[in-house]
Amino acid sequence: MTRAGVLPGRSSGGPDAPARQTPDPARPVSHPTAERRAWVAQIMGMPVSVHARGEGARAGEADTAVQELFATLRRLEEIFSTYRAGSQISRLQRGDLSLAECDEEVREVHALCLEAARRTDGAFDAWAAVPDRPGVFDPTGLVKSWAVERAASALDPLDHLGFAVGAGGDLLLSAGTGQDAPWLVGIEDPRDPRRVLATVPVHVGGVATSGTAARGLHILDPRTGEPATSVLSATVVGPSLLRADVHATAAVVHGPAALDRDLMPAGTSGLLVLADGTTRRWQNPS
Amino acid sequence: MRRIVIALGATLSGLVLLFSWPTSLNQSVNQAAGTGTGTAGTDTDDTGAAGTDTSASGTSGDGAATSSSATYTGAAADTRYGPVQVEITVTDGVLVSATAIDFPTRDRHDQQINSYAIPILQSETVDAQSSAIDMVSGATVTSRAYVQSLQDALDQAGL
Repeated sequence: MTRAGVLPGRSSGGPDAPARQTPDPARPVSHPTAERRAWVAQIMGMPVSVHARGEGARAGEADTAVQELFATLRRLEEIFSTYRAGSQISRLQRGDLSLAECDEEVREVHALCLEAARRTDGAFDAWAAVPDRPGVFDPTGLVKSWAVERAASALDPLDHLGFAVGAGGDLLLSAGTGQDAPWLVGIEDPRDPRRVLATVPVHVGGVATSGTAARGLHILDPRTGEPATSVLSATVVGPSLLRADVHATAAVVHGPAALDRDLMPAGTSGLLVLADGTTRRWQNPS
Repeated sequence: MRRIVIALGATLSGLVLLFSWPTSLNQSVNQAAGTGTGTAGTDTDDTGAAGTDTSASGTSGDGAATSSSATYTGAAADTRYGPVQVEITVTDGVLVSATAIDFPTRDRHDQQINSYAIPILQSETVDAQSSAIDMVSGATVTSRAYVQSLQDALDQAGL
């Protein structure tokens, strides 16, 4: 695996990069006239929206698939909600359940958290996520994106349609088989959520943004216990929403060192907004 | 040397290919100025999302018109999406069809899976681009923040 050098804020992607996909007049980046539909539901304490695009987006089978996606997310919320005393994750935290007694989904997430900690050099640590309770397992930091990717399998039979699933600012996107136009994703300005700071076209993949802006200083550096403050937001674009989410969190913790030390994985691109408002971008080939 | 300039408005990735095709032919490609533009409907787009508008015109040479029909294959032209090769048919000196016989099979879709575009800062783009944004990624996670967000507006527009 080779990696491109980290790019400073305003440089372009270089001659070999397919990156500078500025809109071509002959090739609109989206189909404004295509059949579209959106759904929104409140799940896991956040609005989850699904956008469908293409012929059949407003048909009944699309609606059925999206409702199945929502149903899966609600079922996973029952298991993983730390706000519900009776959820498996709450019982696991209290010691009422052992990991072996939990559902397969909990064991899978547990394994993913171990892997995430390893891959991020400890910057993502599900055992340091609960303030003042070190060692307590709280996978909330990756459950959302994991659950969205899992629930989105309900959309697989309709792969001729383009789908975009948004959950609390994280996105899972598929342009649809044979569809040429990517989804054009806007990256929110962490200083003003009504503004878009950058755009990135995505055909298939995930986009995750972590930051300190929306809920105050909510990302702690697991290694110090102190809030991470050097990055306002980190956006990662990659093939897996789960990994994009984990590495976006890690980038907030690592700060600019995430790029200086080339810590972002191969096959991703992204944007860091630093505390002083300057931006850093990168693009790593796979 | 006679040249046939083929303007192929291909739907292949929506890419407008514009390249010259130098002939090494003995046959004349003869037509009066302003007439005889051959048009062929060549759909090279496997998505079928849009029709191909293929048009081509031959420039006049000084030879006599032939009455035969012939098919010629151009040299492959390298584009940023891979080689593109076009076959043309000329009847009575008029180009009657142009077909892409070789074009990149590794389309942008595949490229995108292997390598993601670098985010483009809004300051580098025209403002109008923001109107085409489909979804928004951000650290806005609370419902209260959501109702003020651009994503909410996009969701409402699609309901």
